[in-house]
Amino acid sequence: MTMPDMESRPRLAPGCRLNEKSQPQRVLLMPERALRLHGPSLEIVERCDGTRTVREIISDLQKTYSKAQPEKVASDILEYLGRLRDQRALDFE
Amino acid sequence: MTHRCPLHCVYCSNPLELTKRENELPTDAWARVLREAAAMGVLQVDFTGGEPLARPDLTELIRAARDAGLYASLITSGLPLDEKRLDELVTAGLDHFQLSFQGADEESASQFSGTRTHAQKLCVARWVKQRRIALTLNFVIHSGNLHELEDMVRLAEDLGAGRVEFAHVQYYGWAFQNRSKLLPSRAQLDRSLEMIKNAEERLRGRMRVEYVVPDYYAKYPKACMGGWGRKVLLVKPDGDVLPCHAANILPGVTFENVLRKSLREIWERSDAFQKYRGEDWMPELCRNCDRRALDFGGCRCQAFLLAGNAAATDPVCSKSSERPLVDSILAEANRAGIPTAAAPAAIPPSHLHQSGVWLYRSNPR
Repeated sequence: MTMPDMESRPRLAPGCRLNEKSQPQRVLLMPERALRLHGPSLEIVERCDGTRTVREIISDLQKTYSKAQPEKVASDILEYLGRLRDQRALDFE
Repeated sequence: MTHRCPLHCVYCSNPLELTKRENELPTDAWARVLREAAAMGVLQVDFTGGEPLARPDLTELIRAARDAGLYASLITSGLPLDEKRLDELVTAGLDHFQLSFQGADEESASQFSGTRTHAQKLCVARWVKQRRIALTLNFVIHSGNLHELEDMVRLAEDLGAGRVEFAHVQYYGWAFQNRSKLLPSRAQLDRSLEMIKNAEERLRGRMRVEYVVPDYYAKYPKACMGGWGRKVLLVKPDGDVLPCHAANILPGVTFENVLRKSLREIWERSDAFQKYRGEDWMPELCRNCDRRALDFGGCRCQAFLLAGNAAATDPVCSKSSERPLVDSILAEANRAGIPTAAAPAAIPPSHLHQSGVWLYRSNPR
């Protein structure tokens, strides 16, 4: 899997969105698929608004998850972003 | 929403018995159903049919779905539609537009749909691509159009769809009647799967490539609908609630209606939904099988269609004593160069439209 470009800005693809905050579980909705989000996965997706670069998202979450190894946080985020790209949930602008 | 449709596809999985227009649910009933669905935890609604665009209240109901908190998909032929109406659907909150194609070009598509609608669909795809909603192209594939698969992939790429689905025909409803002319040979099937998997790999990250196989060729049955009454419910145009689009054929099963009961009550407690849930109903073969939680014994409607018993193991299963029946159907499909007669209609509807070769899907009266 090719890793996302660090300077690109991930954004939810057309037709992909989070469900309402009021609903019991946070879910990422897309055509014929729904992904449950919580903890790190939710933190990542919430930051994919087309304004922040991959680098900025990683740096931000390395602060949030300060107890974890920064390299591990970075590689986990990159892998997760790549998987969401392959599911066509994210565009990288 | 409706069984009315401008197309007459020979592989349609709608029931042979189509709901009359006068029996379709009114707008306010649909809106209530959508609210009830959201309240019971449903995440997504597919507006389908027949052709959902045939309902003048579709925009209003998409708005109702979004207001209720549902993700809204439209499963459609793309007709009748103009850009103004498309913009209304998008403004109302449509998330996803799934557009059917009957072939890679007009000639092929017209043979299987009984209409000349391919060019119009190309326009619709381009309009959708210009709006910020998801676009899926759905190609139903079978022995008559598998040779066009590469052209179909190219078409999906040219139109810039985010997702493409190659759905081998599933043999229910009208498709079951036309099965002998649709079921591919093993060689055709294998070639198609190789092509689709290559496309999937090549397009990874750019397009979701998905496919459904004709399960007669499988060793084990499909987990139909994710299991009876587990993941999906279907509300028919007249408000009857079914676990799938074919279940009306099952004898001795009464389906409840949203005009008389709430959706939650029907889902949780109706006889029809309880009938094949869990493992108590399973034949011994399935109850002792370690795949039972994977495929739930296969499809009840297929067991009925092929073996006359909805409670039997799906005959597609290689462990089923009825598997030879499926094998003989496959043997027919793999006999090179011998044309086969149409499968006989189980209960011939009075409004059959036969053109000598195909049974084209008719419209409700």
